[in-house]
Amino acid sequence: MGKGALPQQIVPLLILFTAGILGLFVARYFLVPKSFGEYGHYRADAVDEIAASEVSFAGYKACLDCHEDIYDLKQASNHKGLACEVCHGPCAKHVNAPDEFTPPAPRTRDFCILCHGYNLSRPSGFPQIIPELHNPGKVCMTCHNPHNPLLPHPPEDCSACHREIASRKMVSHHATLACIDCHIVPPDHWKDPQTIRAWKPTNREVCGKCHAEDAESPKEIPRIDLNTHGKPYLCWDCHYPHSPEAK
Amino acid sequence: MDDQKTQMERREFLNTCARKLPEFIMLFAVVGGAEILSAQEEQKYDPSGHNYAMGIDIHKCIGCGRCADACKKENKVPIEPRYFRTWVERYIIPSAGETIVDSPDGGIDGFPEPDKGMDILRTFFVPKLCNHCASPPCVQVCPVGATFISRDGVVLVDEKYCVGCRYCIQACPYGARYLHPVKKVADKCTFCYHRITKGLRPACVEVCPTQARVFGEAGEQSSPLRRFLRFNDVTVLKPSLNTSPKVYYANADGEVR
Repeated sequence: MGKGALPQQIVPLLILFTAGILGLFVARYFLVPKSFGEYGHYRADAVDEIAASEVSFAGYKACLDCHEDIYDLKQASNHKGLACEVCHGPCAKHVNAPDEFTPPAPRTRDFCILCHGYNLSRPSGFPQIIPELHNPGKVCMTCHNPHNPLLPHPPEDCSACHREIASRKMVSHHATLACIDCHIVPPDHWKDPQTIRAWKPTNREVCGKCHAEDAESPKEIPRIDLNTHGKPYLCWDCHYPHSPEAK
Repeated sequence: MDDQKTQMERREFLNTCARKLPEFIMLFAVVGGAEILSAQEEQKYDPSGHNYAMGIDIHKCIGCGRCADACKKENKVPIEPRYFRTWVERYIIPSAGETIVDSPDGGIDGFPEPDKGMDILRTFFVPKLCNHCASPPCVQVCPVGATFISRDGVVLVDEKYCVGCRYCIQACPYGARYLHPVKKVADKCTFCYHRITKGLRPACVEVCPTQARVFGEAGEQSSPLRRFLRFNDVTVLKPSLNTSPKVYYANADGEVR
């Protein structure tokens, strides 16, 4: 064995290693997808594959081409924020083949109740009804047009919309007070509650009508001296008028 | 004489022009058409120019569950109750004791009445979905590079490459991922990637009846999302985890997690 030559036992090992490493590169060449690593540690083609998925919801702009009249009616109503497909479901098929596929139009009470049934967790002011009390069994559409959902007549009671406040007041010391004892409600408030607002008390004298020391009210009602009691604050800064806690 | 000749030439010239007019119009039409075509090609979607994010106003959410319903229909999420890409949670905070969070069937069929007699202090709905984090733990743990952030800032799953090892489902602090029961791969919200690349809004944003969800470009000055971020005090979920979520919540209670 000459000096500098590899030991005999290393040669087969070297061949094996070289073959192994070459095999690795060959396997990598065939197994790793072409687009892998183009933009990062992922297969770039996957992005296009995901983007190529089928669209089911066409978007309200697609409805405008044919149903502009209904859209305009809806846009002028309290349902202006609703896209058509909220109620009518995914309509992409209908847009592509209007005659073959007709989108559903839900007419059951259950569907309207998903949004308008009373639920404590909903933001206050959102129009809600108690399904068991509100014309049970009647289809909503007999009185309300979903594309222009005006109330058919003024609600008989404020609690029709302000359910949360009404239920609190009902069990409080203020149970016998009517809403209009403290609030001034314009007659058209029920038609457009967001812009025609009811008046809320702005000064201490409103509460003073009953609770001031010299007020002409039953003597069981707790009295305070308006000049000294919690002077810099308004009454409702400390007491909640719909459920006053103080004894 | 000379004068007459020029006049003849002018008439000839005008006649020739009139005869050639249709050809000219054709030529302009062809050139114009080609220009419109090339303009359309230029309008092809380029992901590098986008960075998407979502805003959710909790005060506006009425818990109708239309978003979860639309998401299932748009993305063919299994209808069985356990699988969601987006869902609505109800938070009930009693005067004393633990906060109750529930989401029966993702809120699609409404919420049952809370227990009678419970002294409820506050209660509200919180829509949830993948937060499309800028530093996503799910991407970090994926052993095969099947989940990644696309160039437009959306966290996606390559369903052909996913081996279904469930590491990412474990790693997601928001519970936004699930194992698809048929495909046996991880699945999650894509911000409706197939819609936003076509210029449409995500399905949940499209159907939200109270505009509680806002979607748009995070980096553009004039986008509905930037307006949302300007006018609201926003927070993200679990900020302490440094995941840098891109779903921003307005009017979120301290109990929301």
